[in-house]
Amino acid sequence: MKVNLRGKLLTTAACALLALSAPALGVAGDTIKFGVAGPHSGDLASYGLPSVNAAKVVIDKVNAKGGINGKKVEMLIEDDVCKPEIATNTATKLVSDGAEVVLGHICSGATKAAMPIYKNAKILVMSPSATSDELTLSGDYPNFFRTIAPNAAQSPAMIDFAVDKLGLKKIAIIHDKGDYGKPLAEGAKKYVEKTGKGQVVLFEGITPGAMDYSAIVQKIKQSGADVVVFGGYHPEASKIVTIMKKKRLKTKFVSDDGVKDDTFIKVAGDAAEGVYAAGPQDNSNNPQAAEARAEHKAKFGSDPGAFYDGAYAATVAILNAIEKSGSTKLADLKKVLETEKVATPVGNISFDKNGDAVGVGFSMYVVENGKYVVVK
Amino acid sequence: MDYFIELFFSGLTRGSIYALIALGYTMVYGIIGLINFAHGEIYMIGAFTAFIVATVLSVYGFPLVSIVIISGLAAVVWASSYGYTIEKIAYKPLRHAPRLSPLISAIGMSIFLQNYVLLAQTSDFLPFPTLFPDLEFMEPIAHIIGTTDVIILVTTIVVMVLLTLIIKFTKIGKAMRATAQDRTMATLVGINVNNVISATFIVGSGLAAIGGMLVAAHIGQINFYIGFLAGIKAFTAAVLGGIGSIPGAVLGSFVLGLTESFATGYVSSDYEDVFAFSLLVLILIFKPSGLLGRASNEKV
Repeated sequence: MKVNLRGKLLTTAACALLALSAPALGVAGDTIKFGVAGPHSGDLASYGLPSVNAAKVVIDKVNAKGGINGKKVEMLIEDDVCKPEIATNTATKLVSDGAEVVLGHICSGATKAAMPIYKNAKILVMSPSATSDELTLSGDYPNFFRTIAPNAAQSPAMIDFAVDKLGLKKIAIIHDKGDYGKPLAEGAKKYVEKTGKGQVVLFEGITPGAMDYSAIVQKIKQSGADVVVFGGYHPEASKIVTIMKKKRLKTKFVSDDGVKDDTFIKVAGDAAEGVYAAGPQDNSNNPQAAEARAEHKAKFGSDPGAFYDGAYAATVAILNAIEKSGSTKLADLKKVLETEKVATPVGNISFDKNGDAVGVGFSMYVVENGKYVVVK
Repeated sequence: MDYFIELFFSGLTRGSIYALIALGYTMVYGIIGLINFAHGEIYMIGAFTAFIVATVLSVYGFPLVSIVIISGLAAVVWASSYGYTIEKIAYKPLRHAPRLSPLISAIGMSIFLQNYVLLAQTSDFLPFPTLFPDLEFMEPIAHIIGTTDVIILVTTIVVMVLLTLIIKFTKIGKAMRATAQDRTMATLVGINVNNVISATFIVGSGLAAIGGMLVAAHIGQINFYIGFLAGIKAFTAAVLGGIGSIPGAVLGSFVLGLTESFATGYVSSDYEDVFAFSLLVLILIFKPSGLLGRASNEKV
């Protein structure tokens, strides 16, 4: 018992020491400490490592020119393996190491877990990939920004595309009753009602994993819909389009990012042809994006991976804000981010008061000859 | 009226799928009074076997008919051997244990098999090859009922009739009925009860494998988890029809399939399961042993 107590005392003392030493480290720097957090190992590493590369490319370029306002930028790289429980440690480590701004995290769940720690430390965080609506739209995280559109932005994108681009007015909205699909479907319905574009002729949830969707497909036919807007993931979508083809329906199928997956095409086969899906904005026509990719190729000798453009954009935006405001204080950075446009691989962006990038959205893709291609 | 007919056939297809699986549940329950929760997994393993064999054969360019026959046979044999082995490993040692023990063992077996396939194969959805091409003369009614639907429906009816004949008229069928009525008495008159139980598992598993192959060909995809929901629904159908009764399992399956289809069509697919299970509760209130089940007080 005695030993136990002493152990506790010791740890408490150690903690106190650590806590005291942390701010001291932060103040001392004559560099700008730039945190990068995300999965850098494990099965989701391929989502996180491209962001590290993006930060390296931008920061090396900046440092080669003498840094920002006379200070060099120093990278602090921390791995969160995309796990919420580890992300809190990652965030604590970054804060105690004196990170002044953070690029990350990558996964929505890990980001949500880490945010309270950054919020308390008043550190600016910008993610290239976390799409959860809550992060910006709830208003809980005033220090959070991102260079990717929130999930909720897909609903208007799908409806606009179906009505304006395809000219289809009668819309059947189907969802999988899940956390991802249902809010998207409800958002789409609200958007149709608000804008008066088109008409919702059917709004239904289906049971994921059911063996046969003939009945719902017959119902879609009966409703006279021109287009099905589906909120959910690819396993259900592929079953529905397969049955639709079997029942000889010509109704168009428009869906979300959860369906924009090559597995969908592999599984649905011929039935996938002509299916539309929303996906992260296509930047291939942006000269900044081409340049960013060329820089990656020159530095690492390979093509960049997932979220590279977004991470590059975030790094540029953060460093620009630091340069313009001459500070790393949250309020100063926020002012610049919200007012000044900056040219990045994802477009000429500024940020709205929620922290979402203005001008970053979704592109629509269509399956053609077994591949997703951008709809021009 | 067209809409009604379309929904009716959707319901029939669903019902026949449930029936092929429900038969296995009901047979095993009839003989040893055990709810074999691993039965859904046997269905999944049947589908996977058919998938692997059919994919390999189509790579070598076999004609479609032989692919269907060979992969079907492989699925039946493989799944049956699983059924046989599961009974020997997980249920036979517990035959004289309290009733709850084999039930837990069955649930454990189900989880084990799911994870085994997950690890041995993949967690991804896999595209199942098209085994039944759309027939030309079916084209005018394809929007109501497709070729695969007809094949599923016909298979179910043929299988049910065959099974009934086997149980009514063959030696093993008689032995099964005797074992179902009274296991001890059956042993006393010289029936090898162990063999009868094994035979039941083999036949039930074979049926599930056929079901697995047909359903996978119908919806065009499989993964390791398909057996779970299929098993639950088929079990519900078996209970609805009166567990232990073979025509009951088929009737229960059709009732369940049609209810789901009409509930989706005329009310909302959000409430598909609500309707299915409300129906189950209602029927069990008025007929506790199911639609065609016999009252279970015959064992003295």
